[in-house]
Amino acid sequence: MKFVVPVAIFVALALIPLLAAVGVHVPGIVTLIASRVMIFALAAMSLDLIMGIGGLPSFGHAAPVAIGAYAVAVCDAAGVQAAAAVIPAALAAAGLFALATGAVALRTRGVNFIMITLAFAQMVYFATGSLADYGGDDGYTLSARTTVFGLDLLDAKRIYLTTLVVLIAVYVLLRVIAASRFGRALAAIRQNRGRVQALGIDAFAIELAALVIAAMIAALAGVLMANQAEFVSPAYAAWGRSGELMVMVILGGLGTLHGAVIGAAIVVLAEEGLGAVTQHWPLVLGPFLVLAVLFFRHGIVGGARR
Amino acid sequence: MSALLRVENLHKRFGALVVTDGVSLDVMPGRIHAVIGPNGAGKTTLIHQIFGTLAPDAGVIRLDGRDITRLAPHRRAQAGLARSFQITSVLPEFSALENVALAVQARAGSSFRFFRAARGQAGLNAPAMAVLERVGLRARAGMVAGSLSHGEKRQLELAMALAAKPRVMLLDEPLAGAGPEETARLVTLLGSLRDACAIVLVEHDMDAVFQLADEITVLAQGRVIAHGTPGAIREDAAVRTAYLGEDF
Ligand SMILES: Nc1ncnc2c1ncn2[C@@H]1O[C@H](COP(=O)(O)OP(=O)(O)OP(=O)(O)O)[C@@H](O)[C@H]1O
Ligand SMILES: [Mg+2]
Repeated sequence: MKFVVPVAIFVALALIPLLAAVGVHVPGIVTLIASRVMIFALAAMSLDLIMGIGGLPSFGHAAPVAIGAYAVAVCDAAGVQAAAAVIPAALAAAGLFALATGAVALRTRGVNFIMITLAFAQMVYFATGSLADYGGDDGYTLSARTTVFGLDLLDAKRIYLTTLVVLIAVYVLLRVIAASRFGRALAAIRQNRGRVQALGIDAFAIELAALVIAAMIAALAGVLMANQAEFVSPAYAAWGRSGELMVMVILGGLGTLHGAVIGAAIVVLAEEGLGAVTQHWPLVLGPFLVLAVLFFRHGIVGGARR
Repeated sequence: MSALLRVENLHKRFGALVVTDGVSLDVMPGRIHAVIGPNGAGKTTLIHQIFGTLAPDAGVIRLDGRDITRLAPHRRAQAGLARSFQITSVLPEFSALENVALAVQARAGSSFRFFRAARGQAGLNAPAMAVLERVGLRARAGMVAGSLSHGEKRQLELAMALAAKPRVMLLDEPLAGAGPEETARLVTLLGSLRDACAIVLVEHDMDAVFQLADEITVLAQGRVIAHGTPGAIREDAAVRTAYLGEDF
């Protein structure tokens, strides 16, 4: 029973390439939006590990996404497209970023943690904007997409399926981690940090490790995002992006992991839909999200479960 | 015999308020050392300092001769201290079994394992179940801790401390809020723990204290005003006026 909803979600996402394979015409815009949803879902899912399971409300999760995206740009500028170089670079950079900033941010709790993670993400935002070699504020257009062992798995045709596979793999990985001793300790810290430390568990080390894992997954999302758009810019690290990721996690249901996909779908579709109607869509979406968060405290997934 | 836990000349103040004023005490292996005193005497603050959740201004704390005064709480727990909290402090979303299994996991120092599911691990669950049995919570193992009765939460709290197999247990009012039956059961249980570890027992229930304690230290306004066997404390005139009243 536990896996009905996540399986249904992934089957639904798999329908798009399946339908195309049997000759049904799927409009390009549908595929494009769905792959955007999946890439955001990947980042939101990693945020759910720290925010939903670990109780660490990071308001700067767009930063590791942007770092992953810029790793693609930096490699591209050096003429390197091989995933075997790009992905380790992205993961290492984001992991180190999380290690350094997390060690500072974890000295604070609650609202202060929110503010300090936001501040670190803003630093990434302004730092990327100052990278003149990579277009500064204007961003950088990739000369070519990343290749995987010489295969064009991230080209316009195949990126959807690749992203779906990565999303499912990461979901399974996070499920396994959440059920492990580490995940149990992380969930316990959210419930009562002092008690967990009194048992002899180094809460700081557990939380820091969770931040690093989440940042690496977010960087992977950044790699996919850069390839999909064939473009990176400081906007990837903008605070609005971090806020969107938080909203996705809360809407989908904190700590559910697969809820992140639903949250991402709602936010992306709402933006696309409202964006077509009015350019002032944030004014409409904002209050709606506040209401959603107030009334669906356990998210869409949790609300449906009751 | 040398002391297992030794507190030497501890001082702590909050602004102008002196909460710990030159407190020294020795806890012998296998003994229950009760710390009593009126509300606000500084008992909880003393426990906090021994455990490391508050830093003393001066003084030394030794566990088995080793200076642990500057150690972080989780390091002290690894060194063999365990504590229960005056305000009930369990993990409300976990089952009773998971609460204790986490303590077993902490004791084993194995929280950096990412892949095997923790839930079904006999290495965690079997010892956890044994401890639940010992505190009388076996039948509640599968229940979510947040839905246990107050007395059961106190038992669970004790189970978590026990599962860590500590050398010294610091118990801050383990009987607070427990009904008469639960109290009787907990007193029997605490008495039976002597062979497992030494205990620092902060408790307002004087019947329980005089039944259990091998030694008593009396605090008032942050200072030790008396120390001795239960019999000697009962006779101590200063203690009677400061705290016990004429009933004792
Ligand atoms: N963080 C703090 N800041 C300032 N004062 C404090 C702090 N914690 C405790 N106190 C004060 O220190 C004194 C000792 O408090 P403590 O909690 O140690 O007493 P206690 O002996 O445990 O009392 P009780 O029997 O009511 O539990 C009290 O006057 C209390 O108000
Ligand atoms: Mg107290």
